[in-house]
This record gives sequence, structure tokens and C-alpha cells, in this order.
Amino acid sequence: MNELPILSILILLPLVGIFFMTLIRNDNDQSSNNLKHTALWISFLNFLISLYLLFAFNQQDADFQFEERYFWIENGISYHLGVDGISILFIVLTTMLVPICILASYNSIKFSVKEYLIAFLALETFMIGVFCSLDLVLFYLFFEGGLIPMFLIIGIWGGERRVYSTFKFFLYTLAGSVFMLLAIIYIFITAGATDVSYLLDYNFTRNEQIVLWLAFFASFMVKIPMWPFHTWLPDAHVEAPTAGSVILAGVLLKMAGYGFIRFSIGFFPEASELFAPLIFTLSIVAIIVTSLIALVQEDMKKLIAYSSVAHMGFVTLGIFTFTVQGIEGSIIQMISHGIVSAALFLCVGVVYDRLHTREISRYGGLVSKMPMYAFTFMIFILASLGLPGTSGFIGEFLVLLSIFSINTYFAVFATTGVVLAATYSLWLYRRMIFGALIKDDLSEMLDLTRREIIIFVPLITLTIIIGIYPKPVIDIIEPSAKKIVNQVNGKLN
Amino acid sequence: MENIVHIIPEIFIFCSALILLILGLFIKNIKLINNLAILSLLIAVAIVINQPYQSIYLNSYIIDEFSSLFKIMIFIGSIVTLVMFISSREDLHINLYEFPILILFATLGMMVMVSANDLLAMFIGLELQSLSLYVLAALNRNSLLSSEAGIKYFILGALSSGLLLFGISYIYGFSGNTNFNLIAVNYNSESLGLLIGIVFVLAGLAFKVSAVPFHMWTPDVYQGAPTPITAFFALAPKIAAMGLLVRFLFNSFGELYLDWQQIIFFISIASMMLAAFAAIAQTSIKRLMAYSSIGHIGYALIGIACVSSEGLRSLLIYLMIYLVMNVSVFTVILSLKRNDAYFENISDLSGMYKNHPFTTILVALMMFSLAGIPPLAGFFGKFYIFVAALESNMVFLAVVGIIASVISAFYYLRIVKIMYFDESKEEFDGLNIRSLQVLFYPSSFLVILFFIYPAPIIQLSEYAIKSFY
Repeated sequence: MNELPILSILILLPLVGIFFMTLIRNDNDQSSNNLKHTALWISFLNFLISLYLLFAFNQQDADFQFEERYFWIENGISYHLGVDGISILFIVLTTMLVPICILASYNSIKFSVKEYLIAFLALETFMIGVFCSLDLVLFYLFFEGGLIPMFLIIGIWGGERRVYSTFKFFLYTLAGSVFMLLAIIYIFITAGATDVSYLLDYNFTRNEQIVLWLAFFASFMVKIPMWPFHTWLPDAHVEAPTAGSVILAGVLLKMAGYGFIRFSIGFFPEASELFAPLIFTLSIVAIIVTSLIALVQEDMKKLIAYSSVAHMGFVTLGIFTFTVQGIEGSIIQMISHGIVSAALFLCVGVVYDRLHTREISRYGGLVSKMPMYAFTFMIFILASLGLPGTSGFIGEFLVLLSIFSINTYFAVFATTGVVLAATYSLWLYRRMIFGALIKDDLSEMLDLTRREIIIFVPLITLTIIIGIYPKPVIDIIEPSAKKIVNQVNGKLN
Repeated sequence: MENIVHIIPEIFIFCSALILLILGLFIKNIKLINNLAILSLLIAVAIVINQPYQSIYLNSYIIDEFSSLFKIMIFIGSIVTLVMFISSREDLHINLYEFPILILFATLGMMVMVSANDLLAMFIGLELQSLSLYVLAALNRNSLLSSEAGIKYFILGALSSGLLLFGISYIYGFSGNTNFNLIAVNYNSESLGLLIGIVFVLAGLAFKVSAVPFHMWTPDVYQGAPTPITAFFALAPKIAAMGLLVRFLFNSFGELYLDWQQIIFFISIASMMLAAFAAIAQTSIKRLMAYSSIGHIGYALIGIACVSSEGLRSLLIYLMIYLVMNVSVFTVILSLKRNDAYFENISDLSGMYKNHPFTTILVALMMFSLAGIPPLAGFFGKFYIFVAALESNMVFLAVVGIIASVISAFYYLRIVKIMYFDESKEEFDGLNIRSLQVLFYPSSFLVILFFIYPAPIIQLSEYAIKSFY
């Protein structure tokens, strides 16, 4: 079974799809439909392969599985892939969201369809690569490479201020990441290799750890994003096309959370312990401040974008508690946020496609015209504010539990974030869905089409299943999370 | 007499240049002459690859792995220029049979430069190359810009040659030798004259590689010269001058690097930072490429400033990748042609992807590669430069390097932005020229697919620096 290089197949399949798509002409509606179908099937096939990966994954084993290692650049820098309980769920999340994104852009992308789909498949390759790679240089390659398609997706198919947003997105992320590059090079020189499994057993001195941790932190804090470097995210979200926002919120932010778990606390436990109060403070500030900012937004996408920053604050809180619950909680929070915020952006996309505005005040009373939409939107709003029975609750609960065991004050402040989340989410819902339908242009609104229902059904199902019975997910994460926590505690003592 | 065997490539290029010169008087078929020049360069590549390594003429001329690699890079640059010449010679008003011949003479000069191990051989090589380049820059006699470029380059080039000669005379005066290996034998801290000599020679060479603060000529000459010649400037002479710089510094003053390291350190930082800021405001794509090349030379100089085998290795990796990226970019610049008129403003690229989707994505990827974004080849160039810098504990240099690379990402992104996000214009018919496509596609794919298996280039550069470490 392990002889099949399944991770490489996952990474390469979208590229194969790109190759075939370059051969398809794009001069009329028929051929552009062919292109859409090709991209959809390729990404769906990739999803099936990732399900097989999930199925074949040994849940008892905390080590890396499906490992592949080939000589790549030179000794110490190899093409090394592998998954464990921490990364596998992100891979499935990615492969699940990409076909959904492609399906969601069937009608909203009017021009240059071919380039759009190619950019998306290229982005999928980079995203899967990030979660699979067990070599820092390879990781950096995928981590930064994803900027190129995303830059084009926002810049070409985005809204009015797309150029400003996409430049801001690119330059912020690049400026953060180059320091990580220097840190990776330093690791390569001092430790002699950039292999992750080798480095997890390597002990850096305390001073080295502090500098390297800060360099990695610079990259991840911009990407995740943490207050005060979050300002690129609302801009990018607002201007990106719907599918771009979905991928941005659903997967790209998670790369940084994954990086924190895998690299920051895995390689530099002492520095992580030292800087944990800093992370806690920044996260709590982020949770409270961005929730308050979300409260006053006029633009739906901006509101959800700020709520993303707040939700990612919970993720960083959980990771730096160094407890099994904390890490499990933050991974579930990331998965849940990946599903829920993606779905929320899709919900925005549904009404945006009909009315071409994201201003909240232009809507109101949609429930009378779009009952199914109102129902769908409700589920995700409730999941986003962490109602018990939805996936959002599990993650937030575990994180709050772990932070409570560390420090009561932080827990109290973090909990206020939950209340604020309820405030802005419910208020958004009230303004859009409830009330009387008095605006004329809303009377023409149609409810969800069949295509949109197909998009939302799996997301709703997952949100509720994880919310009611999270055990299968926790079972996958637990061994690896325990291993990391043991490793960190072992190094600290 | 047996030494002649070792300089067969040089003799061969020299003879073919002379024969073609005579042929050109009688045959009016410029394309044939050009193709013969390409052929002779290809033959020279074959000879250089199979050459035995030897140092000859009392160790004043060295043929080793290092010089062979540089010669092959120079040949590639010359061949690319000649291929570009075929398609553009008439519209650019440079349809003269002297063009291939001058390129051959310049190539010969550069071959001497990278093999020279003696101050005199070095100077002869440099001058042969420079004189050919002065003429080439001014080749379009009817264009004011081209003549201006030629004159400017000539005056400043003559000045730099003067500085170089002045430095050489100091070095000879204080050491009594012109051979690189013997210059520094009697060096001690009191021989201030020798130090002055090094500084002047470095100033002269910095002019040739167009490193800040000796870069002033570059944007003007790049803009004024006909595009194939601009491409030649970017491809061959800089690489040759880098090779010469390495041999001069490492063979003669390798042990005494503390005396020159800080000079390289300074011009490297100055080049990277100035290029990053100055390029932002450019409107002409050729001027932009001029600043881009200044910046890239700054990065390559980090490799020299490290004074280590990793440094030299990274320098070679960087130069090879730089060569390939520039081939791709300049073929595109040369194909921006509509109704026999060439376009050189960045704004002319606007909306190019609507009409030429495939070419544009490749150009965009070249821009990302020049900016050093993974997974493209340009990233690996910078990666190795930074590896070398950190290994030699030059953290400051590396930090300045990454900051400059983020700033310079802005102007490369601007080109992508103009190509993709702005209103589209008419089609360019020059993009269909077969001879340019032959250069454009392979070089672009090389850059894009480099990440799949970068090991051969890295091993090649390790092999080439054997004679130094």
C-alpha cells in the first residue's frame, strides 16, 4: 500500500489537469464549459484520492505516514513528504474546498475562464504541498509559491480596488516570509539539514531558538493573521472573487496555524514557552478588537473577514497552551473555521451574484423570498458563533478549556470574544434576513439553485456531524497531538 | 609552441571573425554571415567543452573548469544575441554585416578576460571587449539615442579603463609583478600603494559589472542601444567581468581578503538598495531591466564578499540562472512589435494577456522569478546566495538582501499588474517570430521547471570552483 506515492499524486494531479486544460481551446461557451468540467472533475478526483488517504491512514500511529523521500537539491534538502494526524485533515479540507470553489465560480466568472481555473488548480497543488512537505525548503517553496496564483486571482477577477488589495496581500506576506527564509537557511547551516523529522529531535540553543522563533513568527503572524498585522486580510477578502475568499479563509490562513504547531512549538519549545504570554496577549487583543471592528462593518465580506481574525485568535491561544486539548481544539477550530467561513463567503457570494452588492443595508427581509438560503445562512452563522451542536463549538470549547487550565484571566477575556461573536453574527443575520422586505430590487431574488444546494449540502453535513459527534476527528488528531505535547514537555524539562 | 593547442578556441574565434569580415565585403547576404558566426560559436562551445585544463604562458593564462564554464555562458549570450539580430536587424536599422563580427570580437575579448591570470592579459581582454561594445552601442547611426548611448559608454568606459590602468600601474610598481599569483607575495601592511592599486582596479571592474556607484551609464546605454545589443550587454559582458573579478581577487589577494572584502560589501549593498528603489519609477522596460541587472549584480557580489567556496558556488548558480532569465525577458522585449514598430514602454504591455495568454503567463512567471519568488529558478539563485552569506556570518548582508528583494518585488509585480489588470491594446505581431520563440520557450521552461531537479546546476558550479578551493 505504501508503495503508491499517494501524496505526490495528490500534489501532481492538479498539474496534470493544468496540462490538459492548456490543450483545450477557449473561444466559445461550449469550450469554456468543457474547461470548467475538466477542472471540476480533476479536483473532485483529487478529493476522492484524499478520502482514500484518510481511509488508509493508521489512526493509532503518531508518526509520519505515507512518507516519500527522494534526493532533490543536495544532502540535507530532500523531497520529503508525509502526513500525520495534524496535517491529514488539512489536506482533506483543501481537496474538498477546491471543487466547491470551482463549482461556485461556474457563473460568476465571466472572462478568462481558462486562466482562472488554471490558477485555482495551481493553487491547490501549492496548498496540498504545504501540508505534505516534511522539509523546510520544500515547505517554503509551496508556502510562497501559493502567492503567485492568489495574486493573479485577486488581481484579475477581483473587485474595484483589486490592484491595491492584491499588492498589499502579496507584499505583506512576502515581507513576513523572507525572514522565515533566512531562518530556514540558518537551520540548514547549523543543523545540517532541513528535514522536519530530523529537526524535531534536534536541540537548538536557547538564543538560537529565540531568534529563529521570531523569524518564523514574523511569517506566520502575517499569514494567520494576528493583530496588528491583519489589515491585509479584510482588503484581500473584500476584493477577491467569492471562490478566492473561500480559499483564502478556508485554507491559506490555516497554513500559518499549521506552521505554528509543526515548526514553532516543535522546533523551538523553549522560545515558544518564553513568548507564549506575548501570543496570548496578541490573540486576546485580536479577539476583542477585531470582534468590535466587525460589529461596525457595512460590508458583509469585511465583517466575515474580521471575524476570521478573531477566530484565528482562538487558534493561536490553543496552540501555545502546550496541552493536548489546546492543540486538538485549535486544529478542530481551524477545520471548522475552514468549513464555516468558507460557507459564509459562499453565502455572501450567493446574494452578491444576484444583487451585485455586499452592502448589508441593501438587504433585509430575505427570509420571505429565500427560505432555503435563510436556513443555510443561519446554520453557518450559528456555527460561526460557536453554538453547541455545531463544529464551531467543539473547537472553541476545547481551546477555552485548555486556556482556563493555564490562566484564568486569559480565559475570561477570551470568553468575552464568544459573546461578541454572537453579537455581530446575529446582528448581521437580523439585518439581512429578518425584517420586512421593503426594498424593491429584492423582490426579484431567487432562492438557491440546484448547483448552490449541491455546494452547501456537504458543508452543512460536516458542520453538524463534527458538532454532534467529534470523536472520529479527535481520534485522528489525538496521537499526533499527544506526541507533540510530550516532545515539547520532554525538551522543556 | 605546444601551448597553442590550449588556445585553439580563442584562435578559432579570431580567425572566423577575420574570415567573416572579408566575406562580408563580397557577400551581401548578412543573414548568411550571421549564421556562420553562430556556427563558429557553436563549434567553439564544442572545443571548449573538450579542452584539457592547463595554465599556460608562464601561468599568465589559465584554462580550467572555471574559465570553461564562463566561456560557455558567454558563448550562449553571444549566440542568443545573434539569433535576436536576425529577426530585428531591418526594423531596428542595424542591418550591417559588422554586427556579427563585432560580437565575435567582443566574445574573444571576454574569453581572454575569464582566462586571464595576468594584469596585462586582463587589460587586453577588457579593452578588446569594451571597444567592440562601444561600437555596438552606437550601431544605429541615425538614432540620436543610440549615438548618445555609444558616446556616453565610450567616455565613461574610457575613464574606467583609465582608472583600471592607473591601478594596474600602482600594483606593478609596488609589487614588481603583473601575474595574479605573484602580486601579493610581498604584500604587507605597509605597502599602501598596493592597496591603492586594488581600489582603483576594483573601481574599474565595478564599472564593467555596473555596480553602484559606477552604474550611471547602465540605464542610458540600455535604453539607447538597439535591443539585441542591450540584451548582449545584460548577458555576456557582465558575466565575463564577474569571472575576471573573481579571478583577480581570489588568485591574487585571496589570503588578504580583509583588505577588499569591505569594498565588495559596500558596492553589493549599494547596488541592491539603489536598484530596488530606482527601478520603481521607470517607464521604459529597458531602463527597468538596467536597474534590475544592477540589483542582480548586487546579489551576485554577495557571493564574492563571502570569500568562501559556498560564496563562489552561489555566485555561479546565480549567474547561470540570471543568464537564462534574461534570455527569456529580452526575447519578449524584442518581440513587442506592431506593424514594424517596436515598443519599449512598460505601459505598452498593458492588458497583454487578453491577446497573448500563454506568452503573458510565461513573462509574468519570469517577473516572479526575477523577484525571487519560489518555486521559480530565481528563488534558488537567491537561496544559495543567502546560504553563503549566513555561512560566512554576514547576517547584515543577508538581511539587506532580503529587504531589497521585497522592495524590488514591487516593480516586478507592477509589470505583472500592467500585463494582467490594465486595459488591453492591440496584438503584438512580433510574438510569432519563429527565431525568437526558439529562444523564449526553452529559456522560460528552464526557469519554471528548474525546481524539479536543481541538483545538476549545483553540482556543475561546485565542479567549476575546484581550482579555487
